[in-house]
Amino acid sequence: MGNRLSGPLADPSADAGYPADHPPRMGFFTDTSVCIGCKACEVACKEWNLVPEDGLNLLGQSYDNTGELGASTWRHVAFVEQRIPEKAPVDLGMPTVGAPAQNDDAGIRWLMSSDVCKHCTHAACLDVCPTGALFRTEFGTVVVQDDVCNGCGYCVPACPYGVIARRESDGGAHKCTLCYDRLGEGMEPACAKACPTDSIQFGPLDDLRERAAARVGELHESGVTEARLYGESPDDGVGGDGAFFLLLDEPEVYGLPPDPIVTTHDLPSMWRHAAAAALSVGAGVALAFAGAALGRRK
Amino acid sequence: MSQREEPTPEFRSYYGRPILKEPAWRVPDVPLYLFLGGTAGASASTAALADLTGRPGLARAGRIAAIGCATASVGALIHDLGRPQRFLNMLRVIKPTSPLSVGSWILAPFSTLAGAAMVSDLTGLLRGPGRAAGLASGVVGTAMCTYTAVLLADTAIPSWHDAHRELPFLFAGSAMASAAGALMIAAPVAEQAPVRNLAAIGGAVELAAAHRVETGLGLVGEPYSIGKSGRLLRAGRALTAAGIGLSVAGGLVSRRSRGLGRAAAVLSGTALVAAGLCTRFGVYEAGVASARDPKYVVVPQRERVSSRMQ
Repeated sequence: MGNRLSGPLADPSADAGYPADHPPRMGFFTDTSVCIGCKACEVACKEWNLVPEDGLNLLGQSYDNTGELGASTWRHVAFVEQRIPEKAPVDLGMPTVGAPAQNDDAGIRWLMSSDVCKHCTHAACLDVCPTGALFRTEFGTVVVQDDVCNGCGYCVPACPYGVIARRESDGGAHKCTLCYDRLGEGMEPACAKACPTDSIQFGPLDDLRERAAARVGELHESGVTEARLYGESPDDGVGGDGAFFLLLDEPEVYGLPPDPIVTTHDLPSMWRHAAAAALSVGAGVALAFAGAALGRRK
Repeated sequence: MSQREEPTPEFRSYYGRPILKEPAWRVPDVPLYLFLGGTAGASASTAALADLTGRPGLARAGRIAAIGCATASVGALIHDLGRPQRFLNMLRVIKPTSPLSVGSWILAPFSTLAGAAMVSDLTGLLRGPGRAAGLASGVVGTAMCTYTAVLLADTAIPSWHDAHRELPFLFAGSAMASAAGALMIAAPVAEQAPVRNLAAIGGAVELAAAHRVETGLGLVGEPYSIGKSGRLLRAGRALTAAGIGLSVAGGLVSRRSRGLGRAAAVLSGTALVAAGLCTRFGVYEAGVASARDPKYVVVPQRERVSSRMQ
């Protein structure tokens, strides 16, 4: 089995059976340090993919009234309002005046981040799908074939990021397709196209990883030491995300799991335990009858 | 029994919202599907050995329970689908990575074999092939008892996934006890000695596995002992113990009074079936609870990150 259920995997499309001349793996690099929370990505996604309206709510969670990704929300902009930790005032060396008095905090900062399906290297949704409705595309992305999905819902609890969901109106599972139809025409996905600040960058995953590493270096140099990449490493628990992020705080602050591991990592062990337990049923029933035979003889 | 709720550890989240999606499955459909599948499987295995050991009444009751429960479990599964008319897509591919695909390929031949065995038994047609089908369904039945544990464990739901070593045995034990219960109600009392043993064996396996799930998983084991899931699992344990106790007593009195023996068998059988239902619903609810509260996702993953850094 090797790397087919977990661990680094250089080329998921080749692993899925595409010939060597398939296109490079495509993905998103979402740089949240330049996100302005305009939600153009949410709107463009809905428009292009004809994703139905899924409720107009006021959640009372900053400017986020979308809440979470779901069957009818394939891009979700998170708004985090944080107090900026107090920094020690700088003493200018003028003893009669002193440093100006500071408030308890230096104010509020907003973290904004456009979340999306991660198009995992090892996609649990795809692996657990019993019908083959979820499949790996030639671009290395993960897409639901709506005309095959029978709405069993297994993909929903399998996703370690809580992305995919079943739509009540049609009973099927839905999520971001990374605009599979646009990719086939050489176009970039609708959200990336609409993003005014290039917070959402689309391209071959290898290029994006280089670009992201350079951007983190740039931010660290300019003093933004909290900048970190999320999901870019092929060594992480899902073998790396096809859609990864630059974050300015811990992932859980944005509603992302801090260290997800694809559930199929343990699948061989699960089947072994289930086989042993099945044998124990056989042994248990046999023992029950053997016991009765002994009792009868007495 | 006291409820063990540990103090909530410090963790950060996005407005306290869940990170994972709750299972899209419906209650009671899927817990029933788990219960019925296990009961069907262990009933078929019991029927097979009853056939081999010359207990025709027990064999017939087991065959009827096997196909009855299997049919009902398929019904529950189809009812749960978002697009029930596409049920047959379950058999479109065979995927070892999908426990639901593997399960469909266990359930379909099992139902066919168990159905053939029952029809042959009731009509007297093709006795030889019918008995062979019954024996084969008894073998496949053991897999029916445990694949559903992989179905739950092969998800991101913390309390299911982290119990992937214990759940198959919990379900195996619960299936044996539930099938024993069903057959105490349905089979002739004179042929019930092996079924009483089966209840004790299944109950012991179930209680041991449940204990490990509750105590050996750390924070993610918590939903198995608190809240609605904890209450259901405690009720299941009490009913299992009561059912085993009653069946032992019933075995003793049945030698003196057939009427009393019959009454004890029906009572203990009912307790064991109810125990199986409580256990499956409890395990299901524990998983849902662990998906609903982000602490079960964030805290263990944070611990993993910090232990890796050390």
